Amino acid sequence: MNTEQPELKNISEKKDFLVRSSSLKDVRTFSREVFEKLDLDQSLKDELVLAIAEAAQNIVKHAYKDFPDTDDRMVVQISCKDNKLEIAFFDNGKPVEKEKIKHRAIDDIKPGGLGTFFIQEIMDSIVFKEGNKPWINNLVLTKKL
Amino acid sequence: MSYKVTEDGNISTVFLDGEIDMDKTEAAKEVIFPLIDAGKEVHLNLSNVQYMDSSGISVLIESHQKALEMNNKLIVKDVSKSVLKVIMMAKLEQILNLE
Repeated sequence: MNTEQPELKNISEKKDFLVRSSSLKDVRTFSREVFEKLDLDQSLKDELVLAIAEAAQNIVKHAYKDFPDTDDRMVVQISCKDNKLEIAFFDNGKPVEKEKIKHRAIDDIKPGGLGTFFIQEIMDSIVFKEGNKPWINNLVLTKKL
Repeated sequence: MSYKVTEDGNISTVFLDGEIDMDKTEAAKEVIFPLIDAGKEVHLNLSNVQYMDSSGISVLIESHQKALEMNNKLIVKDVSKSVLKVIMMAKLEQILNLE
């Protein structure tokens, strides 16, 4: 068990959102409400909300790039068990090509390409799971708290 | 996101308010870019911006680069602690003109 972090209660909450950029605020609100139930410091909560929002943004921006007016919904599930945080995203957009996912070089200063970098900086692991029907994409982010 | 612009000589100060994400970036650019194009020195006051994601950071980078192209500068002022953390995560604190 992590000696620095007191034992956190186990929770698991999920919510679905319309796949639109206008939903990102709602994704953040949901995430903040869930993290309020955990005894985490504000700085960590802010980082986690950013990581979740960036992952949700990637669904809107990339998986649904060609379908900006979709009525599809994405699901965000936040779980904490034994001080391990697991955040799962489910969507039915274009299948993710894992080999193409990379952030830009951080010293190559130009707009874009930072979202994945932020997620990698904040979380311990980023895994795309397969075969979780009826979903096409299932991203799972984890972090030991 | 809401905003206010004040003018003082050739300096335009843009006060942004709220959370800057992918949904708000176009609105932010529509405020900032014309001022840069008009040759103004733009000061971005972010004291009331409590959240900014990678899309917001991209607006800062684009605005900064656009100002440089105009032989001008963009100054980012009064950055809140939470937004500064994101700027530092992007390793931009030495690139942007922060005050």
